[in-house]
Amino acid sequence: MHATQNLSDFIEATFSSRSENEALARVIVSAFAARLDPTLEELDDVRTAVSEAVTNAIVHGYRGGLGQVHMRCELQQRTLTIAVEDEGVGIADVEQAMQPLYTSRPEEERSGMGFTMMQAFMDKLSVESKPGCGTKVVMCKSFRVPQDDATNPEPDSSGQTGGHEEP
Amino acid sequence: MDVKCRKIGRCLVVTLSGEMDHHSASAARRQIDGAFHAEGAQHIIFDCHPLAFMDSAGLGLVMGRYRTAASLGGKVALACVSRQLDRIFTMAGIYRIVQKAPSVEAAVQLLEGGHA
Ligand SMILES: Nc1ncnc2c1ncn2[C@@H]1O[C@H](COP(=O)(O)OP(=O)(O)O)[C@@H](O)[C@H]1O
Ligand SMILES: [Mg+2]
Repeated sequence: MHATQNLSDFIEATFSSRSENEALARVIVSAFAARLDPTLEELDDVRTAVSEAVTNAIVHGYRGGLGQVHMRCELQQRTLTIAVEDEGVGIADVEQAMQPLYTSRPEEERSGMGFTMMQAFMDKLSVESKPGCGTKVVMCKSFRVPQDDATNPEPDSSGQTGGHEEP
Repeated sequence: MDVKCRKIGRCLVVTLSGEMDHHSASAARRQIDGAFHAEGAQHIIFDCHPLAFMDSAGLGLVMGRYRTAASLGGKVALACVSRQLDRIFTMAGIYRIVQKAPSVEAAVQLLEGGHA
């Protein structure tokens, strides 16, 4: 067996650049993040960010052709790091690509809001790209610690009256 | 994702359910544009109540339908927008071009009001 020191909790998935896999990627990240007991808002945030990154790999990276998309979700304490990578055409000017409303394909009813949404819904976003080689998007989000709701005592706490007793 | 279209007055009411992403957007777009022209509608109302998920592909779809309707002097309204959808629409500045209403009925009022 390999040494397990510092082995974090992670999942890796590699899938073909078919548009059906946009929904699959959302399912994977939602199921993985479920162990953090996330709020609905946190879950919506990561699903949306992943959807944007994976869609970009499929429509821009591979221009609708076939290729591989790699996704890695990793957990360190309550910080989820998601990397989405393609070996597609790459981005010549990353700064321009990340501008709100910028799209290189306006004829396809793209909104140009993908990177802006990843930025808004995650805590950190970094984009590495090389024309002709591909693009790697890495994003992180810290999930809040679930509160033991003090206003909502455990059903078995002493002095509890009322009709909710367990048998 | 499922798209249902019906006509109320001069409004095409488009009910979106399920998940709207790049994969589902192209079929939705064809269906909506087909119904818009077949019904001879002027305005478009999106009923977002059963919509469980939307990413920026949905923004592109709404902006595109705004252009279609506007070219015929029509308008677009969004009804029953959830909190998450509202964040996305607000971020994109969509409310500068389309109106938001609490219900489909209110959206019809908004778009048809004053033209009894
Ligand atoms: N994985 C990628 N490979 C190549 N180009 C990309 C990739 N991701 C984004 N881009 C470029 O960045 C631009 C902006 O992306 P985004 O903000 O998601 O808007 P949109 O997808 O609507 O065009 C895209 O139009 C494209 O030119
Ligand atoms: Mg995009």
